[in-house]
Amino acid sequence: MADPAISVTGVDRIFGKSRKQVVALKDVDLTVAAGEFVSLIGPSGCGKSTLLRLVADLDTPTTGDIRVFGKVARQARLDQDYGIAFQQAGLLPWRTVAGNIELPLKLHGADAAVRKNRVAELIELVGLTDFAKSHPDQLSGGMQQRVAIARALAESPKLLLMDEPFGALDEITRERMQNELVKICAETGAAVLFVTHSIPEAVFLSDRVVVMSPRPGRITGIVDVRADGLAGAHDRTERARDEEGFFHAVAEVRSLLHGTPETATAARGVDNR
Amino acid sequence: MTTAVDPVAAGRVTRPRLPITDVRWSTVVAPLALGALVIVGWELLVNAADIKPFVLPAPSAIWEQITGNTANIVDGSVVTGRNALIGMLGGAVVGVIGAALAGSFRLIDQMAAPVVAALAVIPIVALAPVLYSMFGAAVNTGRIIVAGISVAVPVYLNTLRGIRQVRAVHRDLMTAYAAGPLQVIRAVTLPTATPYVFTGLRVASSLAVIAALIAEYFGGPIGGLGKSITSSAASSNYPLAWAYVSGAIVLGLLFYVVTLLVELWFSRHHKPA
Repeated sequence: MADPAISVTGVDRIFGKSRKQVVALKDVDLTVAAGEFVSLIGPSGCGKSTLLRLVADLDTPTTGDIRVFGKVARQARLDQDYGIAFQQAGLLPWRTVAGNIELPLKLHGADAAVRKNRVAELIELVGLTDFAKSHPDQLSGGMQQRVAIARALAESPKLLLMDEPFGALDEITRERMQNELVKICAETGAAVLFVTHSIPEAVFLSDRVVVMSPRPGRITGIVDVRADGLAGAHDRTERARDEEGFFHAVAEVRSLLHGTPETATAARGVDNR
Repeated sequence: MTTAVDPVAAGRVTRPRLPITDVRWSTVVAPLALGALVIVGWELLVNAADIKPFVLPAPSAIWEQITGNTANIVDGSVVTGRNALIGMLGGAVVGVIGAALAGSFRLIDQMAAPVVAALAVIPIVALAPVLYSMFGAAVNTGRIIVAGISVAVPVYLNTLRGIRQVRAVHRDLMTAYAAGPLQVIRAVTLPTATPYVFTGLRVASSLAVIAALIAEYFGGPIGGLGKSITSSAASSNYPLAWAYVSGAIVLGLLFYVVTLLVELWFSRHHKPA
């Protein structure tokens, strides 16, 4: 397919009316190629979550054009071209782990046998086979997030949208989840748009890191991690965290985050997730 | 030696359990002991002070009537219980559907608010005489309607509250899945509201019995505990009147306990986050 996974052109998003206007995004252009892992990073209020919500068609841009695999975002949502995971796992507490993973398949009318096989595959993939019949309240935060990721993968989307999915996890669980995500992405070959505010996380996971700044939210720079000598996101191992290119890319992202004078003087923004 | 979570140990707690199993013995025994003390004290007081039966009959006299008239008390309970049950089910359906409508359409919510407030304030049983003349005094319809209205109000209010508890992340998820309005109601809104519906029902269950019973005081067909209480009191058989009151207590408790168990069952996965 020649169409990129995501193509964002000239997007503005303005919240509120007249005097109370907040410019959440200004002049954003971004392309994510098929199979590419791109992270959005920036301080609170820089519009990274807003941008992800626009791509997911959970919100509409004030101006500009967003295409997902060449279709307008709304059509892509209706066609279920992406899977999505949020910071909160957002599992339905009254459904079992299997029931939660099955939900998108069930909503879209897949028949029972297909659902059963797919759910078994996904539970295996995220390593929760023993917990298929558990309810979310019986799982730890990391396990819940794994269920949410399995659910996002249920329909084998070619694009994954992830809004700080590991944001609420402790550092140890977080690194393990990152390793697993790299593995999962390599297996599925999906493109990923990943929102985070952790620099090492962004660098470790991504092909490219998009650095954003607030007031108004816009892209200040893009770091191509592969140019720093790291393997492509799909071929990475946890050893990448110790490579020189990794530290180089981290430093590069950091200087982009702190280097611009606008960021330094910007008022603390509202996190408009 | 290993610090990893043992999946077998963690997997053991997957079966849903009612919190009722955690109740300690003392919680059950203490009130029973108090009840026994009160009854013994009551018996002694009535004998010692030579209190006349029309003021307060002795527990032993009441017990005599209970054992001697068990069939009548059970018959009366069945009539009153039937009215209360039909009223409760009807009222619950009206309450839930009403709340679902009010939750979906702001206008309905605003229109219904004053009516619901009025219904919550007026003693519904006061309508009984009017209903008897509307539907005829030979049928139980009036009593059922009184019970139904008493139930519909708390169920409506609680369900509406429950519907408003739907979490933003669940709503986003449903949008991302391009779920239809009915799918959203079935998959998210109703399950979210369910524990609240049953909380409303538990509150309403004793109201239903009280309403059905008191409605009998105002006329209507023969049969039912309320009728029996008034007629025994009118024929100066006070211990028998008290025996019927005991039947009413048992009936009320039965309704309460059953709805409480149902509520616990449906809220077993809704632990406070």
